[in-house]
Amino acid sequence: MEIKVCGPGCASCEKVQKTVEAAIAAKGVEAVVIKVKDFQEIAKLGILSTPAVVINGKVMCVGRVPKQSEVEQWIS
Amino acid sequence: MLPKQSGCGCSCGSNPGPKIIFACSGCADVGELADQAARKLTRDGAAKMSCLAGIGGQVSGIVKSTEAAQSILAIDGCPLNCTKKTLEMAGFTKVNHLRLNDIGFEKGQTEVSSTTIARVIEHAIIYL
Repeated sequence: MEIKVCGPGCASCEKVQKTVEAAIAAKGVEAVVIKVKDFQEIAKLGILSTPAVVINGKVMCVGRVPKQSEVEQWIS
Repeated sequence: MLPKQSGCGCSCGSNPGPKIIFACSGCADVGELADQAARKLTRDGAAKMSCLAGIGGQVSGIVKSTEAAQSILAIDGCPLNCTKKTLEMAGFTKVNHLRLNDIGFEKGQTEVSSTTIARVIEHAIIYL
């Protein structure tokens, strides 16, 4: 599983990264987490605001920090 | 002078999300005018134009970005209301709607120029 955390690296983006990593650990799934900071790359996914989470190419949320329970549901 | 969007696109500092514009970008002159006005508003930093085709095609990034929008403006060139209907079919019902026909632009008789684009923008900014 490939999970992209999109954002410039501000506090919210860091929080998303930690939430995603915690969800992966809680569910015990194998996943590669990639940080995408380049706005051009982020825009290519159709994302207009950050932070955003993309799982296997599908954008799951934009402009907010998801709850860990949400992420766990997405990766199950 | 147009109100500008915040430069930061992230949710830090409780950024309310972007103001998003969809234009019908239809093949008629009024569709072109709607498109050009939306592009100019984006270039001027007043809002961000997004792709209506991405809504129809259920492209996840475009749909999720629209869900996170502070406001949504649909610009339709003619009374067929393709933009508004496409957004509604995707579940976006809280949409501000500007129809160029209602502000005097007739399909087939509209010139696309800096003057007409400016006229559309004058009306569009009221809805942003």
